[in-house]
Amino acid sequence: MEETLKRILEEYKKNEGNVISVMQEIQDAFGYIPEDAINWFSKKLDIPASRFFGVATFYAQFHLKPRGRNIITACCGTACHVKGSDRLINGLRKELNLPEGEDNTEDMEFAVEKVACVGACSIAPVVIVNKKVYGKMTAENLMREIKTLKGKRNEG
Amino acid sequence: MKADIKIKVCMGTGGVAAGGADVIRAFKNKLKTAGIKASVERHCSLHKVGCRGLCAKDVLVDVIIDGNKTTYQDIKPDMVSGIVKEHIIEGNPIIDWTVGDEYHNFHRKQIKVVLSDCGDIDPEDISAYIAVGGYEATKKVLTSMTPEETIEVIKKSGLRGRGGAGFPTGLKWELGRKAQSEQKYIICNADEGDPGAFMDRSVVEGNPHAVIEGMIIGAYSISADRGYVYIRAEYPLAVERLRRALDQARKNKFLGKNILGTGFDFDIKIKLGAGAFVCGEETALIASIEGQRGMPRAKPPYPVQKGLWGNPTVINNVETLANIPYIIRKGAEWFSSFGTEKSKGTKVFALTGKVKNTGLIEVPMGISLREIIYDIGGGIEGDRAFKAVQTGGPSGGCIPAELIDIKVDFESLAQVGSIVGSGGMVVLDETDCMVNIAKFFLEFTQSESCGKCTPCRVGTKRLLEILERITSGDGKEDDIELLEALSNDIKATSLCGLGQTAPNPVLSTIKYFRHEYDAHIKDKKCPAKVCKHLLAYSIIDEFCKGCGACKRVCPAGAITGEKKKAHTIDPDLCIKCGACFEICKFNAVGKG
Repeated sequence: MEETLKRILEEYKKNEGNVISVMQEIQDAFGYIPEDAINWFSKKLDIPASRFFGVATFYAQFHLKPRGRNIITACCGTACHVKGSDRLINGLRKELNLPEGEDNTEDMEFAVEKVACVGACSIAPVVIVNKKVYGKMTAENLMREIKTLKGKRNEG
Repeated sequence: MKADIKIKVCMGTGGVAAGGADVIRAFKNKLKTAGIKASVERHCSLHKVGCRGLCAKDVLVDVIIDGNKTTYQDIKPDMVSGIVKEHIIEGNPIIDWTVGDEYHNFHRKQIKVVLSDCGDIDPEDISAYIAVGGYEATKKVLTSMTPEETIEVIKKSGLRGRGGAGFPTGLKWELGRKAQSEQKYIICNADEGDPGAFMDRSVVEGNPHAVIEGMIIGAYSISADRGYVYIRAEYPLAVERLRRALDQARKNKFLGKNILGTGFDFDIKIKLGAGAFVCGEETALIASIEGQRGMPRAKPPYPVQKGLWGNPTVINNVETLANIPYIIRKGAEWFSSFGTEKSKGTKVFALTGKVKNTGLIEVPMGISLREIIYDIGGGIEGDRAFKAVQTGGPSGGCIPAELIDIKVDFESLAQVGSIVGSGGMVVLDETDCMVNIAKFFLEFTQSESCGKCTPCRVGTKRLLEILERITSGDGKEDDIELLEALSNDIKATSLCGLGQTAPNPVLSTIKYFRHEYDAHIKDKKCPAKVCKHLLAYSIIDEFCKGCGACKRVCPAGAITGEKKKAHTIDPDLCIKCGACFEICKFNAVGKG
């Protein structure tokens, strides 16, 4: 981990970075922001860790806990809402047995997240599966994607 | 055969999601193999272009042979070999696959300024932009105009900010020019946070150089040497294209030191937003660029006096900046010939929701809502009844069907309690519940409220709670009056635009759809049959096949019945989750 953090620190110095850009880099590298990484940077930069946590909890993009390996992001923008994104999300959470308030499956294979709008409203409802954008999503197609991903894990 | 063949494939986010990359790959393969003569290959060029507007019909492909353009719609990779064989080799376009009346009607009433090159040029190639007159405006301004003259042109054009507030751009630049400081900044606000809006994403994806040019000209006008583009991380394709465009602009000496030998220095950096709606507000955006929590502060001082790191800063929206090079090239008179007296030019809208032709449109200010929805949009999906259109996102309001002949410009929309806003236009039909729509926006603003000031932090939460109880059937007699009073207080006392406009969706739905609120509160009914708690589910005997799917899915054990015989729902046990309704393949579960 230290190697990666050192690299991010170098970038920070070179590009006049700030707390936000540092945490964006950390999250890119680890998938989330580990507490240790914040403490490490806090010491190196002499910025109180509370400022990092303050920023991390303010922005929707930052995650302080590890996330599932496959990330499914459902768009909840207005166009997706009127085209039934709620039904997609509820169906998905049921399929993955996610209890209320939990975004990751127990085996950490899947994370179900919501995003305010990805700006692909003309092909609503939109679901992003591992960074690939799917438009005009239906419950059946979404379940098929999930099954394929589950199948991949069993093969691997 | 020495024909000049161009193939253009839509690669906006809509095009990519519909399989645009696969279509391009298929064209590459088929052109290479398929036994096409070398002469064709040499004269045949394949371009990816930005958003063409009609995303509903993606992937859209243009095949241009010696200037004759044929546009295909809904193209899938397996259709490519047919196009290559019949059209490109044999010269017979496949008429069945070409765009129909819908596509032509979609474009007929549009006037394209900002989008004029969007969807036509390769956004990843600066020479494509230069070939259509790109960077001429930069040259003209930097070599033959003073900053004051430039500002005068923009003032005369009547251009107003396209981000929502509609502040005159020329005036903003003049204030930036007059601000006394060694260091000034120009910021492009590409933090398009309104759910239901994607104009700025499409412009950056389809023609990033126009935005860069607008920033160069703006920087020159106010004497800034540094610029930032604050763009959402949720728009990966736009970020990538912008990054590439900035590199190309630097290589071509449009950015950097001593631009075009004029002694003017200017460069642009990208700052990625981290997912906070409130950062669209100017002072919050500045805090976010500085690396802090994006919380707004009281104004004045305005950013143009004290902005980024305490220095004078001009912030313009993407679409505003993309208008600039066209105004400089074609003149203020040309631009102000479009639009109405107080709202000049054109406006880009994201037309979505229950309309047939969803997509990106650009229309002259002052066009009627009817023309947008019926002529351009092609009417309502499934020919259901049109109920309302929501404009301006969470800060805007709903315009009801009876006002469909209203003109779309800054003043007219404000008069009926909505706003032009950034340009989201979500069409709603008879199956949409207006109380639910108001609740949807309040859920959004409540969770996006930064929490700094009490009226917004607590007020939006209380508004949401009242809406939640109305939609769950626990509404109280005087809830509408309470909503109105609370809304007016929040509007009057919130610190920034988020709180000041957050109650708008509630107020405008009460104004035009009070009867729906009444039905929820007094009759405990949802007329559009959306609010689950107000519905009663029952099984329609004649449609029920007795398959048992509903019985298995019911979490409350409320459904009974023998196999192959009509089932029944016990209303006392039913928790109204709607699972049976969704699972039934025979439309045998009714709600009402």
